Amino acid sequence: MRSGSTTAACAALVRRDLTLVWRRRGDAANPILFALIVVALFPLALGPEPEQLRRIAAGVVFVAILLAGLLALDTLFRSDYEDGSLEQLVLSPHPLSLLLACKIAVHWFTTALPLIIVSPLLGELLHLAEPLRGLLPLALLLATPLLSLLGAVCVALTVGMHRSGMLLALLVLPLYVPVLIFGAGACNAAQAGLPFAAPLLWLGAALVLALVLAPLACAAALRISLS
Amino acid sequence: MNALTLWFHKTGSPPTAYRLAGRIMPWCYGLGLVLGLVALYGGLVLAPRDYQQGDAYRIIFIHVPCAWMSLFAYFFMAANAFIALVWRIKLSEVLAMAAAPIGAAFTFITLVTGSIWGKPMWGTWWTWDARLTSELVLLFLYLGVIGLHAAIEDRRQAARAAGFLALIGIVNIPIVHFSVNWWNTLHQGSTVRLMGPSKIDASMIWPLLLMALATHVWFFGSVLARTRIGLLELDGGKDWVRAIALDDDKEAHA
Amino acid sequence: MNDFLAMGGYGAYVWSAYAVFFVVLALEALAPRTTRRRVLADLRGRLKRRDARNEASA
Repeated sequence: MRSGSTTAACAALVRRDLTLVWRRRGDAANPILFALIVVALFPLALGPEPEQLRRIAAGVVFVAILLAGLLALDTLFRSDYEDGSLEQLVLSPHPLSLLLACKIAVHWFTTALPLIIVSPLLGELLHLAEPLRGLLPLALLLATPLLSLLGAVCVALTVGMHRSGMLLALLVLPLYVPVLIFGAGACNAAQAGLPFAAPLLWLGAALVLALVLAPLACAAALRISLS
Repeated sequence: MNALTLWFHKTGSPPTAYRLAGRIMPWCYGLGLVLGLVALYGGLVLAPRDYQQGDAYRIIFIHVPCAWMSLFAYFFMAANAFIALVWRIKLSEVLAMAAAPIGAAFTFITLVTGSIWGKPMWGTWWTWDARLTSELVLLFLYLGVIGLHAAIEDRRQAARAAGFLALIGIVNIPIVHFSVNWWNTLHQGSTVRLMGPSKIDASMIWPLLLMALATHVWFFGSVLARTRIGLLELDGGKDWVRAIALDDDKEAHA
Repeated sequence: MNDFLAMGGYGAYVWSAYAVFFVVLALEALAPRTTRRRVLADLRGRLKRRDARNEASA
């Protein structure tokens, strides 16, 4: 690729973000630990009876991963905002939406993908039903990029605020609700023996739409926040 | 510049808008109050008892208009947010942010009166069906817009960011409503139709529609009141605001 | 009158719902007054400080 081209810029950005994550690879375990703790709280609160846990397993794992992702969302722009590279990114001649799409992709790869890999273990802790062993990671594979994309738009609106944690959760929750309903709904339907393809297809459609529109919305939101 | 354009630009200017809002506002409140009282008399006294729900159905005369208002306020907010983001019109920024707390209030009333109505009728204070869940999500959207607007120092940037959030949220409202439709709905279907016969008796529909009108008028009164304050905040350094601040002080100490 | 208040046995529900309606809307209408007073007071403070600064540097 030519050195000044947009492709080169995106590749450089991806390489930079991956390097930065690698330098603090211990931190990458935090979302996993958080999800683990959340999942562990439920048997402690509700009692260890396998039948009871099996009924709520898929939903609880989904919520735990959603919350872990929410906490991790803050790291998307924070360090870049603090050292000024975010402004440089916004000012660059390359399409901001494309650059942001790359950032979000790396963020998803380093925070959500480990969670998806760990999800069977989380499910096992709650005695997840047999037919869901493959379906849960698949549903998460469709849902988590959607959560990352929607979350990125909201983080862009609150970038630079000091204690934006609660506000971010409030902003992002209404957008997460349909994703959760469809994702966990597919798993619960499968568990009940009902057809579950439709919610997954809806998630897929929403994901495709978000892949195109969310980076654009994120770029617009970032421009508003940094103006 | 023709007369209409001139009028448009003049009305958009903060001091003119402030004065105009101040003149219209009391009329809106007054008219809203009068229409509301007439509607309540029609609903509480004149309308007959429902054969199925007895007198409990009379909650409809506040619950339904507030539900309609909670949606109308959001569209008002989103429309003004769109104008503010695209054309950067100050007045639209202020109008959009003024609508948010009023919309949140109406949404809150809708949820609480609905819950109170649900207890004797359905036997439960709450249920997670499409209408109730999407109304609750609407409340969260309003609170998010209000929260974001309050969290940013610069008033214009705050209005733009919160307005952007409102626009994203507007897509979410039908999505949440349809997504929750996977589950059985306990809430009744539409009774009042825009075209064609409604499934409700005439003696009950006129107080309902009158109350809907009353709440709309009241909403505009409130929006204008809050807009005036928003304009004062926005133009804090300007002479016209300083004159009002000093006048206000003189009045308070007179 | 008593029949009216009793609302066919549903009095508690109907009247508490109407109470919520009136109270919330009243609060919502009165809130701007407090905000207006606060905004103007803040503004006066800022103006005073600015005038004092201008005097001092003049």
